[in-house]
Amino acid sequence: MARYVGQRVKRTEDPRLIKGLAHYVDDIRLPDTLHVAFVRSIYAHARINGVDAGEALKAPGVVAIFTGKDVSEKIGPVPCASALPELKVPDHRVLATDKVYFVGHPIAAVVAADAYAARDAAELLMIDYEELPAVVNAEEAAQGGAVIHEQFGSNVAYKLTAGEGDIVAALASADRRIKQRIINQRLAPVAMEPRGVLARYLPGEQELTVWSSTQIPHLLRTQLALMIGIPENKLRVITPEVGGGFGSKLNVYAEEALLGWISMQLGRPAKWIETRRENMQATIHGRGQVGEIEIGCKADGTVTGLRYNVVADLGAYHQLLTPAIPTLTGLMLSGAYKIPAIQINVTGVFTNKMATDAYRGAGRPEATYVVERAIDLVAAELGLDPVAVRRRNFPAPEEFPFKTATGLFYDSGNYEGALAKALENAGYERLREEQRAAREQGRIVGIGVSTYVEICALGPSQAMPAGGWESATVRIEPTGTVTVLTGASPHGQGQETSFAQLAADELGVDMGDVTVVHGDTAIVQYGIGTFGSRATAVGGTAVFVAIEKLKEKASKIAAHMLGTDAVNVVFAEGVFSIKETKKAAAAAGDGKAADADSDEVPEPVVPVGEGPAGALPEPETEGRKKVSIQEVALAAHLARELPPDTEPGLSATYFFEPKNFTFPFGTHIAVVEIDRETGEVKFQRYVAVDDCGRVINPMLVDGQVQGGIVQSIGQALYEEVVYDEQGQLITGTLMDYAVPRAKMIPWFELDRTETPTDVNPLGVKGVGEAGTIGATPAIVNAVVDALSPFGVRHIDMPIRPEAVWRIINSSDE
Amino acid sequence: MKKAVQINVNGTTRETEVEPRLLLVHYLRDVLGLTGTHVGCETSLCGACTVTVDGQAVKSCTMFAVQADGSNITTIEGLAHDGELHPVQEGFWERHGLQCGYCTPGMIMAAAQLLERNHAPTREEIRHGLEGNLCRCTGYQHIVEAVEYASKAVNREP
Ligand code: FES
Ligand code: FES
Repeated sequence: MARYVGQRVKRTEDPRLIKGLAHYVDDIRLPDTLHVAFVRSIYAHARINGVDAGEALKAPGVVAIFTGKDVSEKIGPVPCASALPELKVPDHRVLATDKVYFVGHPIAAVVAADAYAARDAAELLMIDYEELPAVVNAEEAAQGGAVIHEQFGSNVAYKLTAGEGDIVAALASADRRIKQRIINQRLAPVAMEPRGVLARYLPGEQELTVWSSTQIPHLLRTQLALMIGIPENKLRVITPEVGGGFGSKLNVYAEEALLGWISMQLGRPAKWIETRRENMQATIHGRGQVGEIEIGCKADGTVTGLRYNVVADLGAYHQLLTPAIPTLTGLMLSGAYKIPAIQINVTGVFTNKMATDAYRGAGRPEATYVVERAIDLVAAELGLDPVAVRRRNFPAPEEFPFKTATGLFYDSGNYEGALAKALENAGYERLREEQRAAREQGRIVGIGVSTYVEICALGPSQAMPAGGWESATVRIEPTGTVTVLTGASPHGQGQETSFAQLAADELGVDMGDVTVVHGDTAIVQYGIGTFGSRATAVGGTAVFVAIEKLKEKASKIAAHMLGTDAVNVVFAEGVFSIKETKKAAAAAGDGKAADADSDEVPEPVVPVGEGPAGALPEPETEGRKKVSIQEVALAAHLARELPPDTEPGLSATYFFEPKNFTFPFGTHIAVVEIDRETGEVKFQRYVAVDDCGRVINPMLVDGQVQGGIVQSIGQALYEEVVYDEQGQLITGTLMDYAVPRAKMIPWFELDRTETPTDVNPLGVKGVGEAGTIGATPAIVNAVVDALSPFGVRHIDMPIRPEAVWRIINSSDE
Repeated sequence: MKKAVQINVNGTTRETEVEPRLLLVHYLRDVLGLTGTHVGCETSLCGACTVTVDGQAVKSCTMFAVQADGSNITTIEGLAHDGELHPVQEGFWERHGLQCGYCTPGMIMAAAQLLERNHAPTREEIRHGLEGNLCRCTGYQHIVEAVEYASKAVNREP
């Protein structure tokens, strides 16, 4: 019975966080800790003719300085986990050796007694650079000119074509064909906690512990073990509190390996906390796609085919998933529509910039933006309502599981359901009338719709570079409290709460008796981590199935305690009882005893000072018809009277392998008004209906959606990583990189539909990225709609007031 | 050349010798071990390091410890009284005003100051008052609701 699941339960992680008592990496203090500062390239592309550390070494407090020459033979390359055919993979050393490839490329690590001394000394390092021509524009880089990695002969890292259906015929058969150049600009994830690493090597034990602000503790452990050359079972990775990731910490970074290695060299703990400037320069960026779409349609709006030719700006090196991100874009190009032929042609290109990689949505926001803009272009071309064009191309609910021309099977969906609800909540017809009236008054008002579908619960292992399952261990301790160990690595998503809700309901215990543990490879069984909206759908399912296994064992022990067979025992609300059948009643003894047994379950036996100190007395079960799960747990640990062939203890582990992704969907509607004088875009309404399957905690789901939409608003209106022609990072601080602030955000009117999925027994689909995927095109569509009287069909992101102002002021409507 | 400072933090006065260039935020975190105050930028742009100095919300990365000599500082650790959460802390918990929690201490300190100045702010005023504090997780809506909750709680108090 659901006592907690489905409720707006307050988070159990909050008390420590709101009191300032939680521990992020930088809050962990170990005696004797050394502090590391990195010297990073000030050029986008240069040869290093020499590094002179002489002065720096003499600076007060300096303990050691390591350069590329010192470490490149000792520490293995920074890994790239994606394997595409004929992918060019440059050798990515943890420190630059003879060349630097992007502003922020680490050249040397300065180790000192405190962080101030380390930073001071880093200033003293003399680096002899010989500047080389920087390759900044990805489209030009694909054509020729200076080559970054000379061994490859060009800047093209890979080319890939994907999709099904005869795209040429599909476009040829169309009544109309529309082309549009389309840009998903580079973005910076900007987790509020920058990255940070603390490493401690214990020479006696030969054990290395690495505390890192990461989303993937176990995968990181495996990779670091390989890079540093320490046995994996001597390496422990701990992720303490993590201050946001959004994909930027779904990676293996040079600094993580270096800190571990430095601690091993010097025999003291070593810490590095990224500055915000370093974070902007040397933590992965996202998006960075420049492409052209071509969409064909019939006169009634039916889409016949979609082609997307795209240049992906990969940056100088591949981080963990860099080349794979555009392939996710390719997979999601069908959007929420039946499109018979789809083709994506990707050219992945090296540039003298930081690597792009998974930023919230990771390839899917790009796809959704492409598709949702394309549908609006069709509507504009044909003079149809964008909602009507969407409806014309939706698959019907009975067509699921639905196969796309990109090779996916959408598990379940009711796109019309979410759309209809959103239109109703927004009052779409009335909005259109108001828009007409506003236009007559000379106001510039637009309504944008996006009916997105996303791919979540990553994912089946077949489709993943390093396992797509997730793990859980659930155990009931002798005193009856419940411990859940999850392989997922929550960092704000709230699974300490939602998994406790789930476990408490399934076990019939109080939530307060459940603790969810994660992020320590020495405590938790191997897990994959938190990314790709997978933690609840895949990790939560692992918890659920582990509990099923645990209950199965508990019910055998309970039956034994009650003197019957497991088949006669039922479990409800934390209590095993004998089924009220004649046979069971007979098996349990005479009817009188059964009658005498009250419905009340005795309090779990609390150990008292009988017998030897601390000895736990066996629960009294003579003649009873019920035992609580806590009593069973105690009996399982005492193991004095277990059924034959039963392992003592009460714990179960499960590794859940999903059979498919899930495909959550929804409709987002943005209503904007543009200030004629300034070109500024202002929100009037924002309405969203999301369908992420079954919801464990609606409050957490709302939080995920809201946070996601705001990152979308950032992409649509404000954010862009800008490098100048020399490859200098212009947006290197939070002054120049415009993360949305509270004032820039409208009030969100959120709602849900709930279409179950059978991909996992929980019916949960995932929601971490929905907002970031669904919202961007809704906002841009709204702005384009507002500007359509000026002849505008498309406008590039981020939509700056200046560009809008120019449109308004250079046209005569 | 260290300089002696006397600073009252969360009700306790401490005398310490500090480097003149030591930032207040590092004094709090590294000298006093009060790590609830966070650093998100070191350039006064994110608000993660917000504390109150003599009742004024201040970004503690923009101030040197020596400038706080003789003042009274409250950090997030000192906001709850006798184990009772401050109404803003309560509001953040009740209304899910935090996800990763990194911006939260600064956000709570800024919100507490905001409510001191304006007991019943509108949503617009809340958004305006928190403009100096970045949150990348929540999208701010639950933060606004958290502050509204706190303002109602404050106004209920006798
Ligand atoms: S750390 Fe002080 S404002 Fe960002
Ligand atoms: S809760 Fe993560 S930055 Fe605000």
